[in-house]
Amino acid sequence: MAAYQLAVAGLKVLVLEAGRSYDPVRETPMFKLPREAPLRGAGSREKPFGFYDATVDGGWEVPGEPYTNAPGTDFRWWRARMMGGRTNHWGRISLRMGEYDFKPKTRDGLGADWPLSYQDLAPYYDKTEMLIGVYGGDDDLENTPRSSPGVLQPPPAPRPVEMLVKKHATPLGIPVIPAHLAIMTQRQDANRLPRLLHPGNALAQRVLRQSMLQRQACFYATPCGWGCSIKANFQSTTVLLPPALATGNVDIVPNAMVREVTVGKDGLATGVNYIDKNTRQDRHVKARVVVLAASAAETARILLNSKSTQNPQGVSNSSGLVGKYLMDTVGAGLGGQIPLLENLPPYNNDGASGMHVYIPWWLYKEQIGGKLDFARGYHVEFGGGRGMPGNGSFNFLENQTEGAYGKAYKEAARRYYGSFVWFDGRGEMIPNEDSFCEIDPEVVDQWGIPVLRFHWKWSDHELKQAVHMQKTFAEIITAMGGKVNGTVQTDGSRAIARGGQIIHEVGTCRMGEDPRTSVLNPYCQSWDVKNLFVTDGAPFVSNADKNPTLSILALAWRTTDYILDQMQKREVG
Amino acid sequence: MEENSKLRQPGGREPELQQPSDREPEGQGAAVGDGTVEAPVGLVRRDALKAMAAVASLPILSGLPLADAEAQTAPAAKAGAPASLQPPRAAGGPRGDAWDPDLLRPKKDWPRKLTTSEMATLAALADMIIPADDKSPSASAVGAHHYINEYVSAPGDGSARDLVRVRGGVSWLNLESQQRFGKRFTQLTVAQKTAICDDICYVPKAKQEHKAGARFFSLVRNLVATGFYTTDAGMKDVGYVGNVALPKWDPPSPAVLKALGLE
Repeated sequence: MAAYQLAVAGLKVLVLEAGRSYDPVRETPMFKLPREAPLRGAGSREKPFGFYDATVDGGWEVPGEPYTNAPGTDFRWWRARMMGGRTNHWGRISLRMGEYDFKPKTRDGLGADWPLSYQDLAPYYDKTEMLIGVYGGDDDLENTPRSSPGVLQPPPAPRPVEMLVKKHATPLGIPVIPAHLAIMTQRQDANRLPRLLHPGNALAQRVLRQSMLQRQACFYATPCGWGCSIKANFQSTTVLLPPALATGNVDIVPNAMVREVTVGKDGLATGVNYIDKNTRQDRHVKARVVVLAASAAETARILLNSKSTQNPQGVSNSSGLVGKYLMDTVGAGLGGQIPLLENLPPYNNDGASGMHVYIPWWLYKEQIGGKLDFARGYHVEFGGGRGMPGNGSFNFLENQTEGAYGKAYKEAARRYYGSFVWFDGRGEMIPNEDSFCEIDPEVVDQWGIPVLRFHWKWSDHELKQAVHMQKTFAEIITAMGGKVNGTVQTDGSRAIARGGQIIHEVGTCRMGEDPRTSVLNPYCQSWDVKNLFVTDGAPFVSNADKNPTLSILALAWRTTDYILDQMQKREVG
Repeated sequence: MEENSKLRQPGGREPELQQPSDREPEGQGAAVGDGTVEAPVGLVRRDALKAMAAVASLPILSGLPLADAEAQTAPAAKAGAPASLQPPRAAGGPRGDAWDPDLLRPKKDWPRKLTTSEMATLAALADMIIPADDKSPSASAVGAHHYINEYVSAPGDGSARDLVRVRGGVSWLNLESQQRFGKRFTQLTVAQKTAICDDICYVPKAKQEHKAGARFFSLVRNLVATGFYTTDAGMKDVGYVGNVALPKWDPPSPAVLKALGLE
């Protein structure tokens, strides 16, 4: 996003990418079937989300690029070493943070407030949604903001299972509303939107119009997570990089493993040093402004590794807070078998790949009224029904039928196929002192760069939240006349996903009002190094139950506006 | 926005092929019990779909030979993605290893470890688990037993462990067949095979002396099911009707809504 915005403004941009080049249009396996893949597309150590997942050269492990965990910590760090990073495979869920989410400490005394409010970011949410293409509804629920009129694309009609959940969740007081996903249900208005988003900027309008004309609407088949060659959903490689490159102002150097930000005697950033992975040579590039968007933990690693006599604690770390207040999303799930869903007439369940509806957090009043034993909320993603059969899709039959085989087995497969639902809670984690990353003084990766060591601890708020998730899902499944699979945990540590597993890690360079208690100012500018900016998840002060990508994009746009303003005023660059 | 404009080639080039989108769908929807047509597949006719693919990069989603399938994405690839995103393969394409496999031309090049006679036993057992009926063929007819071989021969600890389980299971099954009926498993009648399978079809209910056989059966059942239900015949058997490019997404049909009490 930052590269795009700076390039259309006429600046020369060099993008250093630690992974390889990647072009979804050429490389996506979206039209393949599981049977064409090794082991029917099963997930593996190397491809945790299945063989066809768009992430290449990445995962919780990257060969030659280890990280370590402090004793007692089990944190998983996802890296996507490829152009476009995790935007190639992400879930496309695009939820805005709400008013409470920017001022959580003011509301309940925990964590910290952002140095900006929802009103500050709302215009950028609108613009970002129009730029990337997001479908969603017009509901106006507490702390679940709606977009300005005309911004969102129409949401797709709910699937049968989604309608059934809505019917049975509503009497429990649980709302089910259209989800917001970065998937286009119609083509963008390529004549109107570029003028609206980039008034008075002919270059920006031209490249964005070209880019929008190349994007098709969703055709309701193939999984988003495998990438999208028709450019119907958002990934950097199909939506932001092509128009950025079309300006002629952007160069991308892949396989460039940035290891440190270099700083001159005046304390300003002079550029970065990186290892060229092809030649293993150390290279230096000079820049007037440095923007880090390496992902929250990698950005912290680069800053902490930028050590010198001038900056013994690393660059931009006078507060000592780089790497601190690392957060992920709380995750817990539960599934169930629903007799009502058995033996249905065939129906197409593919839809937009991701969810058409979801459950936003609904117990704000109970929570602030002290009726719950945890402080922050969660949203619920759910689904089920007749998906494409894949590896292991029918393993459930053994227990379901207590050992059927033969014709009875085939009949059971027809009966029970598509009769399952699953619910996944995605909740807010409150930043804590015990969750952070630092440089491991004893380990380097294959490029010779010191690696990160993680420290991780859930607080009772997260553990109890995970228990509440499972209890709620069991209630909905039961209300649907279904039977819960597995155990409903009463011990949060057994219900909760591990740190890093939800892949929403944010918060290692928090922004704030005070240079002593934050790393960045409200414009994601380093307090210590004024020509250094951060536009990934690192600036996050809290990690609301809203998937971070949309907010990262909106903040990045706001940051580039500020960079351009400061450069014009000769304050920066 | 008109339906037609969705299907324009980027850049506004007029298509030379007639578009199917302004006609009534010609697909043969999957008929359901009460005669209503379910999930109208508006674009199943191959030539119509190809026209759309050429016009709007709408691809044909399955059942195509590889070269054909690639031709579907070629127009999109040429449609002006900047050169820097499309470096020569050496600079940026897949490395072809497990971490960065060639997703379009996956290599399944590990040597298969099971012998012909082991495969014969597994094919016979697979057909006990998924026999042919009036809706679909048997597991071995669509090669489900070959998937077992692919899986147990694969690199990795899990496969190595399960190779022992399958190998040992095949041997156990033949020893059991010899003891009970004086023949190998493949030579038994269906009734004889059933007698053995009934004893090993569910671990919790199997007698102690059959537990090992039951653990083997459990693994084979899941592998056979994956092998079978991921084929076209298997997907059709359970009534999977997705993976079709649609010009728009419709709400569920009245028949489905009625069945769910959602009218």
